[in-house]
Amino acid sequence: MTIYGTALLAACHILGIVLGELLGRALGVKTNVGGVGIAMLLLIAARYHGHTRGWLAAKSEDGVNYWAALYIPVVIAMAMQQNVLKAISGGPMALLAAVLTVAACTLCISVINRREVIGSHDESPNATRS
Amino acid sequence: MDTLLQKIATDNGLILSFAVIGLVVLCSGYISRWLTMGRIQGSAIAILIGLALAYVGGRMTGGSKGLADVTYFSGIALMGGNMLRDFAIVATAFEVHPAEAKRAGGIGAIALLIGTVLPFVIGVSVAWAFGYRDAVSLTTIGAGAITYIVGPVTGTAIGATPEVITLSIAAGVFKAIFVMVMTPMLANFMRLKTPRSAMVFGGLAGTVSGVSAGLAATDRKLVPYGALVATFHTGIGCLLAPSVLYFVVRALV
Repeated sequence: MTIYGTALLAACHILGIVLGELLGRALGVKTNVGGVGIAMLLLIAARYHGHTRGWLAAKSEDGVNYWAALYIPVVIAMAMQQNVLKAISGGPMALLAAVLTVAACTLCISVINRREVIGSHDESPNATRS
Repeated sequence: MDTLLQKIATDNGLILSFAVIGLVVLCSGYISRWLTMGRIQGSAIAILIGLALAYVGGRMTGGSKGLADVTYFSGIALMGGNMLRDFAIVATAFEVHPAEAKRAGGIGAIALLIGTVLPFVIGVSVAWAFGYRDAVSLTTIGAGAITYIVGPVTGTAIGATPEVITLSIAAGVFKAIFVMVMTPMLANFMRLKTPRSAMVFGGLAGTVSGVSAGLAATDRKLVPYGALVATFHTGIGCLLAPSVLYFVVRALV
C-alpha cells in the first residue's frame, strides 16, 4: 500500500524533528539541531532494513518516491516566497557580506573537491597505476 | 465575481499552487529548450522565475513572504513552507547510497565547520568595514552571513538592535539567493559531480534553501547528499554564533 511508504516517511520526519529538538535542548540552543538530517538518516536506515528483511514492498516505496519527485516543485514554491524585497532593502553592506561569503565558500568547495578526484582514484579498486 | 474567485483561490490554496507551479515548470522547460538550447536547466529557470515573482509579490503587498502574500497565491506559503520542504527533502533520502554517505561523512563535518566559521569571519569583517565597532552588532551581522535564521536567533540572544537584526537577515537572504542562482553556473568550477562533492558543498554553502535549490538546479541526483549535511547548518550556527564566536569577537574588540 502506497500509504505505508508515506506513513514511514512521516514517522521518520517527525521522529527526526523530535530528536533534533532534544539535541538542541541538550546543547542549550533555541533551535532544532539537524532534525531533518536525522530524519534522513532514519529513513536511509529504514529502507536498508526493509530491503534486507524484505518488509518494504515496491508499492510502499511509491509513497516516498512521489514526495521525492515533488521536491523540485516544492523548492520552486519556496523560491516564490523568499523575502527578496528585504534582501534588496538591506543595501550594500548585506550585499557585500553575501557576495564575499559566497565567493569564499565557492573557492573552499572548489579546493576541497579538486582533491577528491585524486583521492577516489587511489581508493577505487579497479584504478590502474599511471 | 472577484470575491468569488478570491474565495475559491484561498479555500483551495494548496491545490491552486500545484497548478501554478506546474505551469511555471512547464514554461521553464520550454524556455530551457528553445531559448537556451538546453544549456540552462529548466529547474534553474523555474527557480529564477520564482525569485522574480517573489520580488513582484513583495513589491505589490509590502509583505515578507513574496508571492505568497498575494491573496490568490497564499497556498504557495504552504507548498513552499518549511513543513513540506523538509518532508520532500527527507523523502529524497530514499535515493542515498549509505556507503557513499558514510565515506564522505568526515569531510562533510569538516566542511560544515568551515562553512560556519568562514562566513562569520567575513560577515564580521564587512560589518567592521562599514563602521560597526561593538561586539554585539558585529556578531549578529557575522551570524547573518551563516544563514538568515542564525542571524536573528543570535541577535535576539545577545541583544542586538532591530536594525542590525534586519541587516543580518538581509545578508542571509542574499546569500541564500546567490547560492540558488550561482550554483548551476559555478558547478563545474566547484567540481560538483559526486555525492562526496555535494556533501562538501552542503556543508560549506550552508542554508538549506540555498543548497536545496542550488543542487536542484544543477543535478537532482546530488540533492539528498547536499541536504543531508546542510540541514545541520542552522543548528550548528545557532550553537556557535551566540556562544564561542561571540566571545571571540568580544575579546577582540
